[in-house]
Amino acid sequence: MKRISLFTICFAIFIACWVFLRFVVGGVISVPIPSSVISMYMGLVLIAILVHVSVEDTRFREFLRPIHETLVGENRRVRRIVLAVLIPLLMLGYTYSNLAQKANPPGDPRDAHPSPPLELTYKDEVIGSMQDVENPYRHYEKDDPEKFKSHVENGRRVYYQNCFYCHGDHLDGKGHFADALNPLPANFQDPGIIPNFQESFFFWRISKGGPGLPASGTPWNSAMPIWEDHLTKEEIWDVILFLSDYTGYPYRTFGEGH
Amino acid sequence: MRCCSAFITKKRIYLILSFVLLGFVLLAIVPAFAQDATEAEYRPFPLIGSRNAAWIAAQLHLLFGSFILGVPMFAVIIEFIGWKTKDERYDRMAQEFIKLCMGAFSTTALLGGVLVFILVWCYPKVLNKLSGIFGPTMIFYVVLFFGETFTLYLYSYGWDRMRGRFKWVHLVLGVLLNVWGTAIMFVSNTWLTYQTSPATMFGKLSDETKEAWIENSIAQNPELTRAELLEGVTDKTVIPLHNETTGEFLGNVWEAVNNFTWMPVNIHRLIGNIAFGGSIVAAYAAFRYLVAKTKEEKAHYDWMGYNGNFIALCGLIPLPFAGYWLGREIYMFNNTMGINMMGSLFSWLFIIQAVMIGVLFIGANYYLWSGMGRIKGAEIYARYRPYMIAIIVICVAIWMTPRTLSKISSASELSAMGGSNHPHLGFFGLMSAKNTVVNIVILTTFLSFLFYRRSGKTPIVGWKGIGNIVISTIFFLGVVSIVVIGIVGFAVETDVRVNVLTPWQVLVALGVMVVVTVVDIFMYRKATSSGTINWGQMTERSQYVLILLAITFTSLMGLMGYARSGLREGWHIFGVQKDTSVDAYTPALGDAVNMVSIIMVLFFALVGFIFWLGLWGDKKKQPAVPIEAEVTAESDD
Repeated sequence: MKRISLFTICFAIFIACWVFLRFVVGGVISVPIPSSVISMYMGLVLIAILVHVSVEDTRFREFLRPIHETLVGENRRVRRIVLAVLIPLLMLGYTYSNLAQKANPPGDPRDAHPSPPLELTYKDEVIGSMQDVENPYRHYEKDDPEKFKSHVENGRRVYYQNCFYCHGDHLDGKGHFADALNPLPANFQDPGIIPNFQESFFFWRISKGGPGLPASGTPWNSAMPIWEDHLTKEEIWDVILFLSDYTGYPYRTFGEGH
Repeated sequence: MRCCSAFITKKRIYLILSFVLLGFVLLAIVPAFAQDATEAEYRPFPLIGSRNAAWIAAQLHLLFGSFILGVPMFAVIIEFIGWKTKDERYDRMAQEFIKLCMGAFSTTALLGGVLVFILVWCYPKVLNKLSGIFGPTMIFYVVLFFGETFTLYLYSYGWDRMRGRFKWVHLVLGVLLNVWGTAIMFVSNTWLTYQTSPATMFGKLSDETKEAWIENSIAQNPELTRAELLEGVTDKTVIPLHNETTGEFLGNVWEAVNNFTWMPVNIHRLIGNIAFGGSIVAAYAAFRYLVAKTKEEKAHYDWMGYNGNFIALCGLIPLPFAGYWLGREIYMFNNTMGINMMGSLFSWLFIIQAVMIGVLFIGANYYLWSGMGRIKGAEIYARYRPYMIAIIVICVAIWMTPRTLSKISSASELSAMGGSNHPHLGFFGLMSAKNTVVNIVILTTFLSFLFYRRSGKTPIVGWKGIGNIVISTIFFLGVVSIVVIGIVGFAVETDVRVNVLTPWQVLVALGVMVVVTVVDIFMYRKATSSGTINWGQMTERSQYVLILLAITFTSLMGLMGYARSGLREGWHIFGVQKDTSVDAYTPALGDAVNMVSIIMVLFFALVGFIFWLGLWGDKKKQPAVPIEAEVTAESDD
């Protein structure tokens, strides 16, 4: 039986990796992976294959042998013709698919997170520096649990009166308005949202809403209203307490002295 | 006709064209010099603008500086090894390194001068403010510079004269050279780190500054009492060193020097210099290997390239830890700056950084694996290689997975994911996952080096079987611990993850490397040799990889320099002195990449020219030191 060439094995591994990412991870296990991310991973797979085959001279020669044979071999004329037709066709298809107009707009080129200002304000009142301001009711968690609970309850009331339409019953960003919005409302159940920011950051985002987002990193297109026009300072701080209490995720802190 | 064609020679055409070009350049420069030079805050630099001019000069100065500070660090260690082992090759190699350094030294000084001229001309307001605070350090810098210059001359020119019984004096000079060099870097780091973080912790302030800060804060907030102000202030509270309204400096020089990011930048650059110096030396050796005509030359430069890469690896392995510390201090100084760095404006830069560090680790491992091809008896380790490649590539893939995919996804893809974060791959975008894979990549690279070290040797100790089991168990437990800590990191407060879990991951990785090295050294002591290292028999591909590593290091330094400097955004001194020049905007990542690429090409052109000059003068003087194929057990122990 004819031995399968190293080139064929590598080619099969490459295709298998693509199938795994595209259909197994991006279909069976999870939701589809964006094509740009798949391209990135496939680039790494290609590097891994090339590293493996080219470290040793003998293996590299073995890997290149079918390519060499195809290019100059006497009895490889048919293969050469097939490739000479196939490669331009593939390039043509690739170019066409990239240039053809599609009813699929690109994603938002906005930043992952907006840059907060240095100072935290409520309307025109300066509360303090973004770095140092803490939730004024947070200390009740230890000092007066009953009072803390009442603030959380108030936060719950505020949330279900104002926020859940977009951010959802379970704070997962799946409110009944959510599908009409782009970008989608924040999902507070995601472990990368609450733990990454201080409470002051959330106060800023809630109080200033979409229109208060910075000029850099645009377009934000956020539909978030300016809540300081409708809520008191205490209500905003309370809803921040509720978000953490409901999801179980603590906000970012900087330990002693911060 | 003949008369005409004789007159219009090619040379003359080039000459005329050059003059015309020069004329255009002068025409472009004239308006800049015609500006009012009396009390200007800014003056435009002709053609390319002030920011670009300062950027190019500063980055080139830094790259050359990094090279000439990094090389003497390992040159003196190699010289010491040569002295102790009485192996002439090490001494020759160290001398060759210092010769490369000598050529680059004057260019570094020249570029430093160019940078100062550009700053004096284009940014007098900034320089005035900085020199008002740091005046004494600038005088100290000049003294150190003289010290370093003369020590380098003595060290380099006295190399041959101090052989024999004065070798120890020469080594002391080498150590002194490094002391001067490190001090110079620490001093110049104060100015730029102060621009980023002009603050320090309350506990580090003198009593006078504490009083000045208290008085100043109360003056700005008359309703505030002293007790109210100090309530909640601990020794670790961040205190700005300026009056926040007027910008007046409140502290003393030492407090400005000892600002928030000074020491992390010092350590990061110190280690980075070693890695960068090693990679440039390795690239030089690779080039010489590729053009070498004799077997001896090939063997010599193969050996030099190996040592250069080994040094670069020694620097590269702890570099992510130092970088992590710097990042943490930036967050501690100012949360907004931290968010801008990792989650906002500069976050995509860190994806590029992951790609480039991935290239460095894959390249360094590739070189080690290629090197094993020239050692007889190394074949037994080849079977592990595919798994190691898979581990490194999977870790790099996780490291470079972005958290938020909105910029690189179509609307339908975003909709399918249910947002800008992938529900599963999104976890890879968080620091806990990234820290985990960085540590695993480092341990895998260490394993590659361990295999290289063992290649061609057979241990003779009776406990070699148990020793291998112990080493494998340590590796296994280390990796499991790092992964478990990483998973726990998703579920704890950020404070705990940053200050407790991540340092533990680092300690586990370092612990594994230290313990395994100790066990391995004892196991392979007096090992018998089963093969030789055939120096000069590396593949050409592996040499191109060494050049690629140097290019990647240079680009990476340029890009991270853009991040460090750009983090200030619209400030010359963050929160103190606003940038009101025409360049008061943060360049887009694409612009920065273009600029860094131009700087990189300029750097390699200059380095190539300097090295070529060195070779030109040296060509007939000394042949490469012959390196025969050697017994591995003898060479490495």
